[in-house]
Amino acid sequence: MTQPAANSGSPSSGSPPGASQGGSSVTEPPNKYVRKKRSPVRLGDRIFSGAAVGAGILILVALAAVAVFLLIEGLPAFTADPSDLPGDQNFWSFVGPLLFGTVFAAVIALLIATPLSIGIALFISHYAPRRLAQGLGYLIDLLAAIPSVVYGLWGIFFLAPHAVPVFRWLEKYLGWLPFFDGPTSATGRTMLTAGLVLAVMILPIMTAVNREVFLQTPRLQEEASLALGATRYEMIRMTVLPFAQSGIVSSSMLGLGRALGETLAVAMVLSATDVVSFDVISSTNSSTIAANIALDFPESSGIRLNALIASGLVLFAVTFFVNYVARAIVNRRREFSGANA
Amino acid sequence: MSKRIEASDLDIYYGKFRAVEQVNMTIEPRTVTALIGPSGCGKSTYLRSLNRMHEVIPGAYVEGKVVMDGEDLYGPGVDPVVVRRHIGMVFQRPNPFPTMSIYDNVIAGVKLNGGRLRKAALDEMVENTLRGANLWEEVKDRLGRPGSSLSGGQQQRLCIARAIATKPAVLLMDEPCSALDPISTLAIEDLMQQLKNDFTIVIVTHNMQQAARVSDKTGFFNIAGTGKPGKLIEFDDTSIIFGNPKEKATEDYVSGRFG
Repeated sequence: MTQPAANSGSPSSGSPPGASQGGSSVTEPPNKYVRKKRSPVRLGDRIFSGAAVGAGILILVALAAVAVFLLIEGLPAFTADPSDLPGDQNFWSFVGPLLFGTVFAAVIALLIATPLSIGIALFISHYAPRRLAQGLGYLIDLLAAIPSVVYGLWGIFFLAPHAVPVFRWLEKYLGWLPFFDGPTSATGRTMLTAGLVLAVMILPIMTAVNREVFLQTPRLQEEASLALGATRYEMIRMTVLPFAQSGIVSSSMLGLGRALGETLAVAMVLSATDVVSFDVISSTNSSTIAANIALDFPESSGIRLNALIASGLVLFAVTFFVNYVARAIVNRRREFSGANA
Repeated sequence: MSKRIEASDLDIYYGKFRAVEQVNMTIEPRTVTALIGPSGCGKSTYLRSLNRMHEVIPGAYVEGKVVMDGEDLYGPGVDPVVVRRHIGMVFQRPNPFPTMSIYDNVIAGVKLNGGRLRKAALDEMVENTLRGANLWEEVKDRLGRPGSSLSGGQQQRLCIARAIATKPAVLLMDEPCSALDPISTLAIEDLMQQLKNDFTIVIVTHNMQQAARVSDKTGFFNIAGTGKPGKLIEFDDTSIIFGNPKEKATEDYVSGRFG
């Protein structure tokens, strides 16, 4: 060991091992790493942490503000006299069919969009040549930029008429299923059409998220399966999809959230009545909460307005619940998550 | 089971770039062959060309021949997927499938090969394979736990188990110990001595002591400069490469006087 310099930083240097433990007899030189002045935390750090905390709190505040508004404005509707509410019924039989329609349309959209978005995302991330993949990616992102009123117009004037022959076919050959019971709507403005429009609307965000998640599969994992003699499809099944599981759930929830809340396109496309019906091709369809609010809002006042806001509160709660379930699904297999790779 | 691989006049390209040129090497069965050389000299590329894993990078191809068992691995109509089922590989960093349990990791390759074994047969196969990888005693009580719950050294032995479960003829190892501590490294080196009775083993390593310890034959790769292709400078018995090499470059490299 070299001779320590007189003012060397550590008191133990130079002394035999063990002796440093009883360091009370040695006068310790001041630790030069302790900040001299008890100055507050560095300014940049404070600004940054303040901004981050502020942004986090802002979300909670906004959420709370919306919830409080919905509660205060909606509460009167829960206890209101049925004769004052739309359709002369109590609040729950008013909101029930709407809630059903909302969830039903969103589920149809999700059933169509989930496999489609996984397929497109896989094609972009793992199959397409790079240049084609990029172009396709931009195109999908462009879908997200189309305003929903345009989707509504497209749904009414293009999709609905063209869907009618398909609906007829469904009624003829699959009519034994309650979903395709018929009679087929002549205009095509049915639950299935609305679900299709919603599916196209939620496709971009779901595809974008799925694509990003698929691209993050560790290369080492992919190579591990290829080296075992996996084909490209087997590699995707062994590594990409399990790794992306929670991401796919997240993207589906994003899509579901948007489908649940989508207003204008559904309001335009769906020809709605006040029923609960599983038939997706007939002319009697449940409306959705959001679409109903948009359609009835101009003609409502007083307690009827409260009822609409209360139905918004129900939508708010359902969305919350859906997100909670999604988190639970993701967390259940946390140990086996790809994040441990 | 264990098979001979012969590479002749092998050139390996990434697009227009020739990464490795003119490799002639016969890898004998039941031996450990070590590939050493400075970074970027093409030894990993060469290793990966032996089971066509380098083709994962778009634009990669070879000229020349790699013959195993009388068959050219690059012959017309040869499916790289089938080649890889016969030539297993272990990577630089342990990469068990994190979404699978230890048990499922071991049988992953077997399932790919379409092997539909009954549960009892699978259980036995898993036990034998994990014993073969010196891992059974450590994991037998937690086969259902994720592979990523093991330590780094255990994970690497799990990867070896996964690779040998399909009973390949050849086992390629690309710096299998570079991410491991000395004790785990020793465990893997012991395992290699055991495995060479059943498999042809080729290992890329940056650790010359390791090459000297574990291998029977050693190949030294080098490059003339950046952008130039890597070359096999010398290939001989390990004792000769480290004791009395014929090439000056080899001697300089193994004695640490490189560059």
